[in-house]
Amino acid sequence: MNIIICVKHVPETAEAEIAIHSSGKKIKTEDLVFDINEWDNYALEEAVQLKEKHEGSVTAITVGSEAADSTLRKCLARGADKAIRLTDKAFEGSDSYVIARILHKVIQDLPFELILTGAQAGDDGYAQVGVVLAELLGIPHATMVKKVEPLKGFVKVNRELEGGLEEIMEVKLPALLATQTGINEPRYISIMGIRKAMKKEIQVLSLKDVGLTEEEVGESGSWITVEKMFIPPVEKKAEILTGGVDEITTKVVETLRGKGLI
Amino acid sequence: MKEVFVLAEHRQGELRDVTFEMLAKGMELSQKTDTDLTVVLLGHNVEKFAKKLTDHAKRVLVIDDARLENFNAETYQKVLTHLISERKPTLTLVGHTAFGVDLAPSLATELDLPLATNCIDISFEGEKLVVVRQVYGGKVNVKASLRKSESYIVTLRPATFEAKGTKPQGGEVIKIAPPFSDDITYKRFIEYFQPPAGDVDITAADIIVAVGRGIKDVDNMSIVEKLAEAFGGVLACSRPIVDKGWLPNDRQVGTSGKTVKPKLYIAIGISGQFQHISGMKNSDLIIAINKDPKAPIFRSADYGVVEDLFEVVPTLSDRLLEGKR
Repeated sequence: MNIIICVKHVPETAEAEIAIHSSGKKIKTEDLVFDINEWDNYALEEAVQLKEKHEGSVTAITVGSEAADSTLRKCLARGADKAIRLTDKAFEGSDSYVIARILHKVIQDLPFELILTGAQAGDDGYAQVGVVLAELLGIPHATMVKKVEPLKGFVKVNRELEGGLEEIMEVKLPALLATQTGINEPRYISIMGIRKAMKKEIQVLSLKDVGLTEEEVGESGSWITVEKMFIPPVEKKAEILTGGVDEITTKVVETLRGKGLI
Repeated sequence: MKEVFVLAEHRQGELRDVTFEMLAKGMELSQKTDTDLTVVLLGHNVEKFAKKLTDHAKRVLVIDDARLENFNAETYQKVLTHLISERKPTLTLVGHTAFGVDLAPSLATELDLPLATNCIDISFEGEKLVVVRQVYGGKVNVKASLRKSESYIVTLRPATFEAKGTKPQGGEVIKIAPPFSDDITYKRFIEYFQPPAGDVDITAADIIVAVGRGIKDVDNMSIVEKLAEAFGGVLACSRPIVDKGWLPNDRQVGTSGKTVKPKLYIAIGISGQFQHISGMKNSDLIIAINKDPKAPIFRSADYGVVEDLFEVVPTLSDRLLEGKR
């Protein structure tokens, strides 16, 4: 089973403080650590596990700058066989529709039975690259996937719905599946895996190689354009308890006692 | 007359809340742009839903077919492509739900219409459609505009718009024949699956101690377990803890887990993404402990503690246990 995984190199922001760049259109990223998008990390593991069970190869593809090589190296170290980076100055400002179009141009010429992506990216949260890509390729898709079972000619998947409910669907192959977090347990990377990955080549393709025009990519090709970013307004603000840890815990206990909760 | 479409969402015999949230926003938009509000209802034996929806819109387009009984992106897309091409609504609203995310991007691609997903606000500025979205886990908002088009598709975040009651609209029900003759070819719904429940029902608890990504390591879980015990409450969590396998999925609070409403909810090391907030925001009293003062959780909490949880939590446990002695 030949599998393609689409990954994104994103800043880790769950535990970090965020500031807006002076342009007002992006965030300051100098102090942030970048890594593989959390959802894509699970997609990567799923791809490698499927390869181990059903043979075949895993190709990792990203649209990004040279810095994204560290995410591709991670894919190679964890079991991907090949990595492709799509890089061009003209790609800057592309929305996720354009990203899907760029990926489509490259993937349409590659052999595959399955494409895996994360269900969304932790930075912009569009949750659409995979589904647009599937439509452009003319193949079926399923998103929010929590379980994958390849069978003859089709794949059986569990999709995560709201409230803990799942639905089971059968999807004809070749197909694209966008995976949800928690679908598996991503493995740790061995030192040997990292060493081996450093030696592997990353194929780099530009706008010209991809075969799109400048107008078709970047802001001009996008469905959606960022006008400005801002820190969300606070509607209801918590009363912040101050003082040292001892004083704060005393305040918490007194407040709760006052309300009859303890 | 131009129309604004709202795609009704239903599952297992119930119209979902997001439908009424979209209808409230859709009503406001249709009034401002002098268009008709139209509900699109796909399903099988859905007369009851159609009747209910006539209260909320000018018309209800019903496409009733056995193949539409359960949501399926393939069949839904076929029907909607047909309806949108035919009637050219200025806007189609879809929920940013497990159903909506499976449908809207491929629908927009097939129709070559601009799409904005996961929006928390939407308005027309002249002919330009402007949306507000949240990025970076709710820490930043983005105002964005869509490429100019006759028709747009937008997915709206659930539990964001208020489903206001309106005076009954007395809408008209219009039945439309399903536009497909061929059978479903590449995607088939099999069944729903409800993972088995565990021994603790967090929705029944008066006090919930909830833990998130900030706990960092499975070995640190004992400090929050101890706090839950000191409170006589139960331990719950946000999604990353279940993803890592540190707690079973019936302890997860949020969109894809449980909705809780305890007397006291203590959020520890939880940043407060909307999926989590929508599962706990109706708790009577919320205390959040997080070292990032800008964490979105503080927008929903009554009291905040901006400190290292590894110092605060054990001290708080000791203080509670002292009090009991």
